[in-house]
Amino acid sequence: MSGFTFPLLTVTAAVPAIGAIATAAVPAARRTAAKWLALAFSVATLALAAVVTGRFSPGGARYQLTESHAWIRDFGVRYELGVDGIAVVLILLTAVLVPFVMLAGWHDADPLEGPVPNRRWRPTNGFFALILAVEAMVVISFEATDVFLFYIFFEAMLVPMYFLIGGFGDRAGATGDDAEEQDARQRTYAAVKFLLYNLVGGLIMLAAVIGLYAVTARQLGTGTFSLPEILRARADGRLHFSTSSERWIFLGFFFAFAVKAPLWPLHTWLPNAMTEATAPVAVLITAVVDKVGTFAMLRYCLQLFPEASKWATPVIAVLAVIGILYGALLAVGQRDIKRLIAYASISHFGFIILGIFAMTSQAQSGATLYMVNHGISTAALLLVAGFLITRRGSRRIADFGGVQKVAPVLAGTFLIGGLATLSLPGLAPFVSEFLVLVGTFTRYPVLGILATVGIVLAALYVLVLYQRTMTGPVKAGIEGMKDLKVRELLVVAPLIALLLFLGVYPKPLTDVINPAVKDTLSDVHRTDPAPQINAVAKETAK
Amino acid sequence: MSATAVVHSLLTSAAATPAADRIPTPHIEYAQLSPVLIVLGTATVGVLAEAFLPRRSRYWAQLGITVVGLAAAFAAIIALAADGYATTRAHIAAMGAVAVDGPALFLQGTIVLIALVAAFTFAERRLDPVAHGNRVDSFAAQGSAVPGSPQEMKAVRAGFTTTEVFPLLLFAVGGMMIFPAANDLLTLFVSLEVFSLPLYLLCALARRRRLMSQEAAVKYFLLGAFSSAFLLFGIALLYGYAGTVAYTGTATAPGIAQVIDGSANLTPALANSTGNDALLLIGGAMVIMGLLFKVGAVPFHQWTPDVYQGAPTPVTGFMAAATKVAAFGALLRLLYVVLPGMRWDWRPVMWGVAIVTMVIGAIVAVTQTDVKRLLAYSSIAHAGFLLAGVIAVSPSGVSSVLFYLVAYSFVTLGGFAVVTLVRDAGGEATHLSKWAGLGRRSPLVAAVFAVFLLSFAGIPLTAGFAGKFAVFQAAAQAGAVPLVVIGVIASAIAAFFYIRVIVMMFFSEPQPDGPTVAIPSPLTSSAIAIGVVVTLVLGVAPQYFLDLAGKAGVFVR
Repeated sequence: MSGFTFPLLTVTAAVPAIGAIATAAVPAARRTAAKWLALAFSVATLALAAVVTGRFSPGGARYQLTESHAWIRDFGVRYELGVDGIAVVLILLTAVLVPFVMLAGWHDADPLEGPVPNRRWRPTNGFFALILAVEAMVVISFEATDVFLFYIFFEAMLVPMYFLIGGFGDRAGATGDDAEEQDARQRTYAAVKFLLYNLVGGLIMLAAVIGLYAVTARQLGTGTFSLPEILRARADGRLHFSTSSERWIFLGFFFAFAVKAPLWPLHTWLPNAMTEATAPVAVLITAVVDKVGTFAMLRYCLQLFPEASKWATPVIAVLAVIGILYGALLAVGQRDIKRLIAYASISHFGFIILGIFAMTSQAQSGATLYMVNHGISTAALLLVAGFLITRRGSRRIADFGGVQKVAPVLAGTFLIGGLATLSLPGLAPFVSEFLVLVGTFTRYPVLGILATVGIVLAALYVLVLYQRTMTGPVKAGIEGMKDLKVRELLVVAPLIALLLFLGVYPKPLTDVINPAVKDTLSDVHRTDPAPQINAVAKETAK
Repeated sequence: MSATAVVHSLLTSAAATPAADRIPTPHIEYAQLSPVLIVLGTATVGVLAEAFLPRRSRYWAQLGITVVGLAAAFAAIIALAADGYATTRAHIAAMGAVAVDGPALFLQGTIVLIALVAAFTFAERRLDPVAHGNRVDSFAAQGSAVPGSPQEMKAVRAGFTTTEVFPLLLFAVGGMMIFPAANDLLTLFVSLEVFSLPLYLLCALARRRRLMSQEAAVKYFLLGAFSSAFLLFGIALLYGYAGTVAYTGTATAPGIAQVIDGSANLTPALANSTGNDALLLIGGAMVIMGLLFKVGAVPFHQWTPDVYQGAPTPVTGFMAAATKVAAFGALLRLLYVVLPGMRWDWRPVMWGVAIVTMVIGAIVAVTQTDVKRLLAYSSIAHAGFLLAGVIAVSPSGVSSVLFYLVAYSFVTLGGFAVVTLVRDAGGEATHLSKWAGLGRRSPLVAAVFAVFLLSFAGIPLTAGFAGKFAVFQAAAQAGAVPLVVIGVIASAIAAFFYIRVIVMMFFSEPQPDGPTVAIPSPLTSSAIAIGVVVTLVLGVAPQYFLDLAGKAGVFVR
């Protein structure tokens, strides 16, 4: 390749970053201007992400649109970007969700009205700038093909996320001084818990990153973090991990991703963070930021450490199934709407991780598809739940009842989001959940059966939630509830359309995902198990 | 023989000694020592200015003299480095007393720049409220006046300020510049005293909370004297072992390094005592102890929190940054030049010291409620991270420590400069509870302090991360993987308390009687701005500085 090529991936990450700075620079008083500016930048990012998707050819080279520049030579760090099919769909997911997150949170950082106006400090420009900063960092971590570059943004992402959780809490129940104090304390606790869990995970990964450098430096002469370079060196036989060092480094990486994803039993930060954050920020956590964890398992754990991944698979698969059942069971018992959705997410992350480590092509395609579908379905459900909570001023399920009589559109969209969460056939998550279960079953039948129980429980918690909040007699405090406004419909309608479309016709996504999954599996030297059915059929034929 | 006859015979025999046996006129390479000479010369000019200039013109004169002197010294260092003294022409000057090589010039340059920034914070006069029509800085009106006495009241009313701090700063800087360059144990000891004594004085000169400041100075002095004694005793034992105090030499005129590795031609008498490893081991251990005291490593760290808290904050910032740079430079030279042959003896010990320093520094910091004490314990934890790089005993170990020192020191200076801004009626409001809600009252100051804290915590894209990565990487390559793992865990603990401060600043309700943030003059503002710029530049694009540290990482032997 000669001459100047347009650095498309850099620009895609840089636009939201520049947007974050520009939005932060808007004077604090000009709240509306800051909002529109941020929204414009997020839409521009979406356009760029669409261009990236358009330029990506599914049958082509493994990493496309690559960029590579020297950065910190002494650390063997290069600024290397490149996308495979998995990264492309996740970048697209991020870029699609962020504008909706912003629209849904349009008034979340407005000054509070009420008995003590302006008691809490809520800089509007800061809120939107932080969302754009998170978007920029997530996008670049999907794009990075240098482990160190990825690590930097994987960690740095925590800072804006932390301020979003701790600085802009839910407005539910904040009446009176004491309640507000209580709320602020819980919110701070959630933000600190989020940060500490992820920071500890990240620092343990740092030790593993340094270990990776030490291994490559010893064997290749110069240390490198470049993923393609390491894969090439290992294919040539120039690089060989000893069993123990591969396992230790794998564990360091996996720990960080398992905290982020989150995998049971490292999940306890998620319910706190999602409950205390505003609904749009909760969407950002679970639908966007957490995807970096599962994505990194696919890209880094499996590709860099195939042997160790195979070694750890049984344990991880069992933990994932425990997560599916545990998350679902706890979701059934929740009294708080957002907490319920958080535990449902933990259950779904169990499915994604199970799909990744089942190491069959169906399961991994399903898991990747699930990352996208879970993002969209959770966003739909959570954002509608957010509208509901803002209207009532409470997150308690017991405070609701009969909403469908006063706000039918709201109730209807809530139901569709819920049905997507329980993987109703015809809606997008069904396809992915089905693929994961089928793919798992061929390798681990028992785990597959157990995971299926998670689906049954999902039907239980979603339908019971709907029944308690939406049906029945209209409760006190619900009577005057307004239905969805135009802005809110603009958020929900496209998400529901996407859920329906991908539920019926997931081919555009699977076409992009499948080649990447095949490459990943060939790195792990795993092929799909021979179909057992045939063997049985032969037996019976005799 | 009568007494006079003895004296007479001494005199005559001295005269009769052949020329070769006389003490030769020392051959001094003035040009190569010019950075140190400029700084010490400027300090002397400062003393003269103090003696002869009228009181009202002293402040500006002293500030000018200091800035010009430091800038000239920095220019001299750059000139020497450009002449190749850092690499190809590195050698040992002044009769084997002072090394002019990469690490020495790099650290001297760092120290001079630190001093320049520190001088800005020393000269800040807009933070304290105007006293009796005079603008005052953070130093006592008259150091000799007893706190609370009528004499002190008179001095305050007359608007006295202690402009002596500038020459004291310069003398300390001069000593610190020789410390990492010292190539024999006596020079090491003398330079240690040259920079320690002015620091003891500076610690005692706070304008507010004078008793606490004086207590800090006395503690620092007593413990410092104690450590000096250790160092001196160690030097004596090493001399007893090797018969020389020089670090290096030739086979015929050996230094300690040659005696240890057995390449020296020894006189029979000396050969007898070099067999005595006890002298070497105990002596070496004592010298290292003296240096670890200055570094602030556990278990020689007890002075740090009290002194950091009591000293005037600009002095604390200077001390925290520059002393660490100088002491780590001296420690590196001692371990890499004199005792590399003993590394199988000192490495296990230093492993232990590094581990307890990282862990105790981080854990104890969690319980602190005072910003300055918090930063003190954080500096202890950072000393532990630095020791992890020292232990590598490799070129990348040296360069990573040099890089870390630069990253750490400017962030530290900036951090303490921010501490001087947050004030209430009693002066600086250092209690952490007073910092609650600072992010709402003055978002910019809080954001800047948050950047420094994130850098201390080692969050990526800050200087602290690049430095931490460099030392851990060097340690891991040298096979110290358990040390890296412990370091990472200690970082996680440390991150907790940095983040707690950020939480207080941004997410807590401001107290109604909380402190105000003073508007500083361009002096402190520029000190803080330099800290922010260094934090971001070294975090995002560290390659140039890593190259510089890499090129400077070779000791002359």
